[in-house]
Amino acid sequence: MALLEVSNVSKQFGGLAAVSNVDFHVEEGEIVSIIGPNGAGKTTIFNLLTGVYTVTEGKIVFNGEEIQNKKVQHIVNAGIARTFQNIRLFKNMRTIENVMIGFHQNTKYNTFDLIFRTPRFRKYEKAAHEKALEVLDSLGFGKYIHTYAGNLPYGEQRKLEIARAIATGAKLLLLDEPAAGMNPQESAELLEFIKGLQAKGFTIILIEHDMSVVMNISDRIYVLDHGRMIADGLPEEIANNQTVIEAYLGKSEDDADD
Amino acid sequence: MDKRDKIFWLVLLVALLALPAVGLSRYMQRIISLIFIYSMLALSLNIVTGYMGQVSLGHAAFYAIGAYTSGLLSEHFGWNFLLTCLCAIVFTGFIGWIFSLPTMKLSGTYLAIITMGFGEIVKVLIVNWESLTHGTYGLQNIAKPELFGMTLKTTNNGMYYLCLAFLVLMVLLCVAIERSKLGRTLRAIQDDPLASSLMGIELSHYKRLAFTISTALAGCCGALYAHLSGYVDANSFHSDVSMMILSIVIFGGRGSIKGMVVGAGILVAFPEVFRFLAEYRFIVYGLILIVMMVFRTDGLLGGHSKRPYVFPRYVKVNKEGGGEPDGAAGSK
Repeated sequence: MALLEVSNVSKQFGGLAAVSNVDFHVEEGEIVSIIGPNGAGKTTIFNLLTGVYTVTEGKIVFNGEEIQNKKVQHIVNAGIARTFQNIRLFKNMRTIENVMIGFHQNTKYNTFDLIFRTPRFRKYEKAAHEKALEVLDSLGFGKYIHTYAGNLPYGEQRKLEIARAIATGAKLLLLDEPAAGMNPQESAELLEFIKGLQAKGFTIILIEHDMSVVMNISDRIYVLDHGRMIADGLPEEIANNQTVIEAYLGKSEDDADD
Repeated sequence: MDKRDKIFWLVLLVALLALPAVGLSRYMQRIISLIFIYSMLALSLNIVTGYMGQVSLGHAAFYAIGAYTSGLLSEHFGWNFLLTCLCAIVFTGFIGWIFSLPTMKLSGTYLAIITMGFGEIVKVLIVNWESLTHGTYGLQNIAKPELFGMTLKTTNNGMYYLCLAFLVLMVLLCVAIERSKLGRTLRAIQDDPLASSLMGIELSHYKRLAFTISTALAGCCGALYAHLSGYVDANSFHSDVSMMILSIVIFGGRGSIKGMVVGAGILVAFPEVFRFLAEYRFIVYGLILIVMMVFRTDGLLGGHSKRPYVFPRYVKVNKEGGGEPDGAAGSK
């Protein structure tokens, strides 16, 4: 059974159907890209998957559990975490603190423990620090541990968002345009970084406009236009798909005459 | 806290412990005790305003509730100060919690206005609920605290040391909060509420928790003040007091514990030190605040630390690298 199974999901904002009757699935260990023109509803899908929006209709099954309309906290716990199109780091906190926020739900002590510095406090605080260092180390952040997130270079900020998402213990990472605003060299580096994540066992859904990234990295691609899935398949199939080309570039005059 | 912070606190503590030995006048004692109390008030508001980034313009209301709770319990039942103070903390925290239930969905200017409204309500209640509060007569001759068979007065430095002891406890508490999941979570909420909630943080729970702790501590300050001055009425908790507390938090540097104590020291002492300027001193006072805010928006001691992150003792860290807080990587 697929890790994530989305069936017949719709989202209405008043009279506007942002997403209608969308079906897709993601297998464990896959990198799946969702592409489509601006306003196609890609980020809306992420917001539905993470519980930021409620679905109007349909079912989302993650890891055998129905998660549509569950609380955001519940979904994070279940193992889905995301990054944002416009970077949303905790800018006035250091790199390590950002990652430690990712461990929030697994740092299990209460206010009493923290005031009286009980053994439980110490146990979880030690674990949070050590795991944060581990995550940062494994992603090559060693030299930025003390740096405030807002002062990091742009590419590193993108990566830190991913590190923070990983820290939540997520199995499924939703990356919303990670290559946005990057130069070709940076996005090539990001490509390697994301492949590395896949090798570490993460499942990834990617929203991306940078086709050099999408075509090189995706196991499968879904194409969204006006809130509907218009195509899906392997990268090379999508690249040659007539419907997709029309969605991006419009119909050619000859076709329109038919 | 790194080494330099520890030295700062130690030196300050020793100096304050030794100060009465020099022979302080009653006037000086009162000013310094007030600085202690305003430091504590700023520390309590700092939890909401400094860490979580929400502005309260009605902190004096909770200060007043604490003062009246402790004062009235002492008047009617003659309980010991430690007990009445504890009741003040619990009761004020409870009111703060009730207040937070409907209001913590709001933030920014909306919350500021609501807290201001609450401050006015409490003031009007104090003046008009005469059977409980004695109205405009206020609470008079509030008993001096007795501890270990000693009456703590201004003349035997008792009140001075009591306030100092409470200040030490409150600084320790704030350090404990700052260096914990709670402190990190509140700062994360300030930086980005949406991203925080997608990290699994339950926003409303933490907002209520922060507000409850903050108001409970303000209640504690109120109890201390009532027994220090021996007299309180509605004017002791004018909205000026709320503004003063907020000014200290912003002037001292939001989120900085040291900043609260230093800020209170400067802002409370200033009008007294510059008495020779008569009424003009408030012009200077205002100017200082304006200039500060233009040139140091983070306040005296707020903003990003230039020093490395301090790991707890029990975490083993590879000392190599780690980078600079301002972003210059691996220069160590």
